[in-house]
Amino acid sequence: MSARTSEIASYNFAYLDEQTKRMIRRAILKGIAIPGYQVPFASREMPMPYGWGTGGVQITASIIGRDDVLKVIDQGADDTTNAVSIRAFFARVAGVAVTTETAKATIIQTRHRIPEHPLGEGQVLVYQVPIPEPLRYLEPRETETRKMHALEEYGLMHVKLYEDIARHGHIATTYAYPVKVEGRYVMDPSPTPKFDNPKMHMSPALQLFGAGREKRIYALPPYTRVVSLDFEDHPFEVQRFEQPCALCGARNVYLDEVILDDRGGRMFVCSDTDYCEKRRDEGGVAANPFEPDEAAT
Amino acid sequence: MNDDLPLLRVSSLSKSYGSRIGCADVTFDLWPGEVLAVVGESGSGKTTLLNCLSTRLMPTSGTASYRMRDGTFRELYRMSEAERRFLMRTDWGFVHQNPADGLRMNVSAGANVGERLMAVGDRHYGRIRATAIDWLGRVEIGADRIDDEPRAFSGGMRQRLQIARNLVTGPRLVFMDEPTGGLDVSVQARLLDLLRGLVSDLGLAAIVVTHDLAVARLLSQRMMVMKDGRVVETGLTDRVLDDPREPYTQLLVSSILQV
Amino acid sequence: MYVAVKGGEAAIRNAHRLLADRRRGNRDVPALRLDQIVEQLSLGVDRVMAEGSLYDRELAALAIVQSRGDLIEAIFLVRAYRTTLPRFGYTRPVDTAAMLVERRISATYKDLPGGQLLGPTFDYTHRLLDPELAAGGAVETPAQRPADAERMSRVSEILAGEGLIEPDGELPVDRDVADITREPLEFPMERDARLQALARGDEGFLLALGYSTQRGYGRTHPFVGEIRIGEVELELDVPELPFAVPLGRVRVTECQMVNQFKGSAKAPPQFTRGYGLVFGQAERKAMAMSLCDRALRAREFGEDVVAPAQDEEFVVSHLDNVQSTGFVEHLKLPHYVDFQAELDLVRRMRAEHGRTPAVGAAETKEAAE
Repeated sequence: MSARTSEIASYNFAYLDEQTKRMIRRAILKGIAIPGYQVPFASREMPMPYGWGTGGVQITASIIGRDDVLKVIDQGADDTTNAVSIRAFFARVAGVAVTTETAKATIIQTRHRIPEHPLGEGQVLVYQVPIPEPLRYLEPRETETRKMHALEEYGLMHVKLYEDIARHGHIATTYAYPVKVEGRYVMDPSPTPKFDNPKMHMSPALQLFGAGREKRIYALPPYTRVVSLDFEDHPFEVQRFEQPCALCGARNVYLDEVILDDRGGRMFVCSDTDYCEKRRDEGGVAANPFEPDEAAT
Repeated sequence: MNDDLPLLRVSSLSKSYGSRIGCADVTFDLWPGEVLAVVGESGSGKTTLLNCLSTRLMPTSGTASYRMRDGTFRELYRMSEAERRFLMRTDWGFVHQNPADGLRMNVSAGANVGERLMAVGDRHYGRIRATAIDWLGRVEIGADRIDDEPRAFSGGMRQRLQIARNLVTGPRLVFMDEPTGGLDVSVQARLLDLLRGLVSDLGLAAIVVTHDLAVARLLSQRMMVMKDGRVVETGLTDRVLDDPREPYTQLLVSSILQV
Repeated sequence: MYVAVKGGEAAIRNAHRLLADRRRGNRDVPALRLDQIVEQLSLGVDRVMAEGSLYDRELAALAIVQSRGDLIEAIFLVRAYRTTLPRFGYTRPVDTAAMLVERRISATYKDLPGGQLLGPTFDYTHRLLDPELAAGGAVETPAQRPADAERMSRVSEILAGEGLIEPDGELPVDRDVADITREPLEFPMERDARLQALARGDEGFLLALGYSTQRGYGRTHPFVGEIRIGEVELELDVPELPFAVPLGRVRVTECQMVNQFKGSAKAPPQFTRGYGLVFGQAERKAMAMSLCDRALRAREFGEDVVAPAQDEEFVVSHLDNVQSTGFVEHLKLPHYVDFQAELDLVRRMRAEHGRTPAVGAAETKEAAE
């Protein structure tokens, strides 16, 4: 930067000013005190667009210290463009160490996934949330949904699940699958696949959720009960994949479908790129890693 | 449960809109299993009274206490909103004149009936569905219509669906606002028969607002006649209709064809 | 063959480099200077200052260059900078009656104290493209005359003198003025917070909503009582000092709409108001804002809320173009994890559909065959 330009515009350490960080930390503390409750906060404009993780970035910017090690993933991957962009942002404005290794990170900011490697105490998982209100598509008015949360009127949530089963024979919600937190608040886990819902339950890590455009923060303190909504005779189930990861052979992980050609060739690989690499480094390679999935041809 | 005590005690209930009177100084008791008709012309204050009693409106003065399932009387207007809303979806029902006001028009008939069950914590899909089918049958809607949305139903079917949706949690008190208004005469007769059967089978107490004396005659044991926001006559339905004492009631009764 | 892709960082770096190249364009053409933009594209600069909520022409001009002339992108740049600035305090309310007026018109009175001043307006220009501008010809200096000593009272004050219009809104003494950039929005809103949201709202969105009220979707019977454009003084109260400290001047556009009267048995009828105040010269925006302000006061006046422009939660939740553009454009981010979840479910349900047709489905199928 030339002297002239830095004279026109300059930015604080970790981008946000200290007053703002304190305001956000207060919202986070309130969220931790009332697990699953959406705390309104005066969300700031961020240097990335609303909808691109401004809520998560504000939380990360408010809690990050010089000793933290940051990992950023989007869709489970460290190398997707938005993850790269956010990681580079923090490397630039806060000068912190960054990593792609889940186990080495103290703060993990994520969009749409929870890492496969189990999280531990002392780690913080920061979710980017587009629509924090689980009742939004059933009732668009915030004045009304706020009342429904206050009075614990969640019957409508099950009406939606009932309709799914009546129409499709299944609960047809596959991501952003609503959960009940500590038997009280119904919460949107952000658009993670329901595959990841069980990982939220009794997690030793602190989980923070930031919705910048919608101006809400909510939280799951470590070891919080998180139960996916269901019916007794249609219990909650996670996705199962027929085949293991074609690269590392992992089973019981979430897979991305990769199209190989225009003749129906495809393969399934780990969505968590760090997990997949680790396994391949340790020699856990599938028998025929590059063989297209036969069932699909 | 003590049936020697009223279910609802209403005392000096008034509602005014600025200087205009909605209803004034209404006092009565409602007994378990009793159907009370409130009749009068439009503008007589009967709908205002119904809305106050069902806590959809707050009265300007007066009290109403309701005997809860545990036998204690609770003052309705001192309950928290949470308590009132809970009462409304468990122990009470409200049948609107226009079924669209009381139904979710974009979810299936089964979900409309099942919603109250889910709201009070039923989490067994099969059981909810079986109960919904049972209730659809009781209001003469075929089980094959369970997954259809109410917008595919006729007016009479929608009204019957609304009744099933209200009765599924076994309420003890149902408010009805012109339940047969807007329906064809033949459809009205069938609905009245159905309502009469349900009310007596279930031992429901009901407060039915209607301008139609024939509806009052068929459904209610007791009636209240309202004019300009005040109750002008009250008594057993047959007595009031056959031997009206107040000049206004006489006028009202003589102005319709005898049933 | 598929290999897990690495290299997002290099791709982004190259994309930014290409962006910089395209922004600069042909190097034989001189690069734009900020003062050229400030001086010659001043209404674009004003819009960026208004919707960016930051009064700084030079920064707005920088944002316009940096965004290649994409004004919503420029507004975004300014907002993202503004939000990091510490807050020193709040100025006293500006006195628009004391404005140094450059333009002032009223549609309700033919003449009035201070007169009608057309100012620099497009209103009576013929919209014919002017080739002389392309040639960069010389431009006359404007006509000048000494300012009148006469105070240019606001039309609302003239009407208020007869009690014909509702008074100016007053903030309750026990309440500080709202700040939508520091406190979370809550519905229903107070009018001061709502006006702040409108003032930084997207011009196109407010224009369309204001227009909709004129076409009957929440009609308010508006008259332009007055539009004035000019400079107002900013003053700040400083606790240690016994007087307000002047901070400087800003140019603003104010629109006072006079709307259909209200009255009741208790109160005689009075005209009601819609208000618009915007940084810079932004007449269209100020007018649209005042139409929306009045429409959004429906609840306050006991009017039925039946039209989009009257629906506070709808209007305020969707008027901010930085929010709208972010969420619309986020759809181009990868969504393959959630899409995979949907793919899997649709495949499974289609497979089951073929194996065990539902009761209703079987009947339909028979009928179809």
